[in-house]
Amino acid sequence: MDYENAEKILEVKHLKQYFNVGKADEVRAVDDISFDIYKGETFGLVGESGSGKTTTGRAIIHLYEPTSGEILFDGKNVDSFTSKKDQHDFRQEMQMIFQDPYASLNPRMKVKDIVAEGIDINHLAKDDADRTKQVEDLLETVGLNKDHSSRYPHEFSGGQRQRIGIARALAVNPKFVIADEPISALDVSIQAQVVNLMKKLQREQGLTYLFIAHDLSMVKYISDRIGVMHYGRMLEIADADEIYAHPLHDYTKSLLSAVPVPDPEFERTREEIAYDGSQENDGKERHLVEIAPRHWVRAAEDEVFMYKQRAQEASLIKE
Amino acid sequence: MDNEKDILEVRNLQVNFKTYAGDVKAIRNVSFDLRKGETLAIVGESGSGKSVTTRTIMGLNASNADITSGSIVYKGQDLLKKSEKEMQAIRGQDIAEIFQDPMTSLDPTMKIGRQIAEPLMVHKGMKKEKALAQALEMMKLVGITDAENRINDYPHQFSGGMRQRIVIAIALINYPEILIADEPTTALDVTIQSQILHLMKELQDKISTSIIFITHDLGVVAGMADRVAVMYAGKIVEYGTVDEVFYNPKHPYTWGLLSSMPTLDSSGDSLPSIPGTPPDLLDPPTGDAFAARNAYALKIDTEQEPPFFKVSDTHYAATWLLHPDAPKVTPPAQIVERQEKYATMQKAWLKTQQSTTPVEEEEEQQ
Repeated sequence: MDYENAEKILEVKHLKQYFNVGKADEVRAVDDISFDIYKGETFGLVGESGSGKTTTGRAIIHLYEPTSGEILFDGKNVDSFTSKKDQHDFRQEMQMIFQDPYASLNPRMKVKDIVAEGIDINHLAKDDADRTKQVEDLLETVGLNKDHSSRYPHEFSGGQRQRIGIARALAVNPKFVIADEPISALDVSIQAQVVNLMKKLQREQGLTYLFIAHDLSMVKYISDRIGVMHYGRMLEIADADEIYAHPLHDYTKSLLSAVPVPDPEFERTREEIAYDGSQENDGKERHLVEIAPRHWVRAAEDEVFMYKQRAQEASLIKE
Repeated sequence: MDNEKDILEVRNLQVNFKTYAGDVKAIRNVSFDLRKGETLAIVGESGSGKSVTTRTIMGLNASNADITSGSIVYKGQDLLKKSEKEMQAIRGQDIAEIFQDPMTSLDPTMKIGRQIAEPLMVHKGMKKEKALAQALEMMKLVGITDAENRINDYPHQFSGGMRQRIVIAIALINYPEILIADEPTTALDVTIQSQILHLMKELQDKISTSIIFITHDLGVVAGMADRVAVMYAGKIVEYGTVDEVFYNPKHPYTWGLLSSMPTLDSSGDSLPSIPGTPPDLLDPPTGDAFAARNAYALKIDTEQEPPFFKVSDTHYAATWLLHPDAPKVTPPAQIVERQEKYATMQKAWLKTQQSTTPVEEEEEQQ
């Protein structure tokens, strides 16, 4: 990625997404996070369950009304799309691939109707023949057969279903695709197929991805940049290679040290780093600070120096 | 292979499931041994038969399962010949299982202390107070904090990781000789996963249980297993020590599995993936079931099923590529790298051996 001339496609500014606001069981699922996504890149979002990564994805595609904060898509505030037309246009440009290929396809609809639903809603087909052709082209793009179009979802395996989900997302020619754990329900050998497909489509159609997952090695493989979330906060953002080679935040270090690697020799000596989450709740004001070029860490003012030192030790910055 | 240390011997096991569409041949002639105190990992995709294998050992198959042949010998007795009542006495006592999903494998209406104590009361006829006291000890052992105050809580009051600890406590309360762990950490986050895996290892050292560990996560296998069996389409296609299978794999399916997992150093435009999907076990293909997805398939693979070829005393693989007449092939680059690493490791090992006792030099070369 050439970030010098990159254009922002999505800007998330101080997004807060609370549930049960004002009640005793208020949940701060996403608590003041800010980040940008550039055109044509894959931004990976990682974190444990409950870290708020899925909520962030859903807030971006406006499945929730944010508690506060702004989401700008192509420079326009997502909240301002109030008319039906604006909403249609927005949903056409931003699509989602869901985690569970079993639950996210309507079992009573044929594959061609599932894939064509967006085409119909947005009136993208001239006539029936055009609709059929579009569906068949899409199925071919994702590696399925056009004969599959008159079948029902239960006739497909998990990997094939996920391909149908991808075809459905692509049917409306989106610019931006949110993939929420798109491969976690799939077998190892099939995961690689789906990831390769997503990469190929990105190259061919210039798509931008927000890739949400907890499988850290797969996220690193597919992403250009990665954001690490914990307790609803963004703790670190950096280029994928850099964040894995030189994590600066203690939580990122801990998370990476827990990933099992398919190498017995390495596993025998792998040392895990524990992380104490309470250090985030000491009452200090913390913000994302750019510690090294394009490497952001959530830090209090008196911690910046320490992180800069860590960055120096890793030769991310000089002096 | 009649090793004294073997605690469980599975021989020629075949299991079919009767369905309206016909018989699904879920397990097609599986044999393996489990040794005392070891962890044997069974890896494979969903539908490869790994869970059916362990459910057959536990006698927990669905009612449409038909065990057409084979034996499962535990302490000189064939478990397949036992009545349901006899199996009940073994389950939870000698052989216990940690199930995959901690959200559904606990009774939501029963206090957790009672659930952990239940196997003691059922199998040992222990009085409730005494059983609960032992349950409390077990809760502490598996690392449930504040155990005294939590013994009367219900499952929904615990997080996923804590619930899995409760499931482990139930499985271990009778110090079983064999512990079956079916994807015990798949539903958990990496940080919680590593805690649970550490716990299992620690407890294994303490009570010298043998573990059958089922997973599709090769990273977890690398850290947990002593030996590995790779299953595909209802058969074991390769087995050996963890080093042999990870550094010197011989079956093309094992090659595919190992290379399609990105490591933290993977980069490049596409991951090597295994094309296609697993075969339909209603009508398994003749010959090697993996042939249709195998770039290295030989003509004979579609005609005749490969037998196990010996790679070392502990390492066997069922692929025609190991036949003396087979053409020489170069495995995928990632696998070659692994083999090179193995060769260096073996040389280092031989050196340490030679300095103490002279041994015959045996080098495996493909």
